[in-house]
Amino acid sequence: MAERARQLHVPEELASLDRIIHERVRLGIVSALAVNDSLTFNELKELLSATDGNLSVHARKLEAAGYVSCKKSFDGRVPRTEYRITAAGRRALEKHLAHLTAVIRWARS
Amino acid sequence: MNARLPRTPPALDSEAESSIRFIRSTMERAASFTAVPGWGGVAMGVTALVAAWLASRATTSSAWLAVWLVEAVLACGIGVWAVAAKARRSDTPLFAGTARRFATTLAPPIVAAAIATVALARDGQVGLLPPIWLTLYGAGVITGGAASVPAVPVLGLLFMATGAAAFFTPPSWGNTWLAIGFGGLQIVFGVYIARRHGG
Repeated sequence: MAERARQLHVPEELASLDRIIHERVRLGIVSALAVNDSLTFNELKELLSATDGNLSVHARKLEAAGYVSCKKSFDGRVPRTEYRITAAGRRALEKHLAHLTAVIRWARS
Repeated sequence: MNARLPRTPPALDSEAESSIRFIRSTMERAASFTAVPGWGGVAMGVTALVAAWLASRATTSSAWLAVWLVEAVLACGIGVWAVAAKARRSDTPLFAGTARRFATTLAPPIVAAAIATVALARDGQVGLLPPIWLTLYGAGVITGGAASVPAVPVLGLLFMATGAAAFFTPPSWGNTWLAIGFGGLQIVFGVYIARRHGG
């Protein structure tokens, strides 16, 4: 199976994957937000064991793609950044999951 | 978390499988992240403090035991209600799965504690019950909360430490240790969860 998969140079199934969501940190952000109403920057950081810089870069990419929305506020004097998944983000995650399942099925057929 | 792809790409299906596994485990951890009720824990702690006060005034060991058994049932009820309320508020089906898993992992040590309670109460050795309850509850919280925020297993460890202290101090200190564990620890931890993880 694996051999057959390698024989194809650029398999269509992988080439057409949503690159925005495929990256691990971004996939982690979207997956975590899919099961929570909202999560703060610090909660995501703790959950994904990511650094500040890494997380903010990837969160910004997801925001630019319209997959997550971000709300900045103040909790007393401490700035608080809260993320939510958008309808487009949820659709993208579902599509990505369907895609991954299709890849597995194809590789095993 | 390593964001880079490996230099030699693995077979497609195993890469896809690992992605699906990653999505699933992230969702599970993210759900258990906030499945633990904060204010519910505070309420459980307050009832435990009231129980400790009532139990300290009990004149017979069976009255003492009755107070703590009523408290156990009450705290269980509050806990289940709080988890369900929080799950409903977040409106995510996976939440329910995580809460159920936490409950089923917590259940065996609770059952063990119940068996020990029946046996020791029959033999009139109620002085051994506080340390047994505290250590077993702590063990349940550690295993049940293994996938949750680090604070949950830490709470379990503190419960076990309180239970250990209770084992090696006079039995008359039992109420105090129970008040510290089921009252104090639960309240402090509940406030922490409520403030950091949404209620």
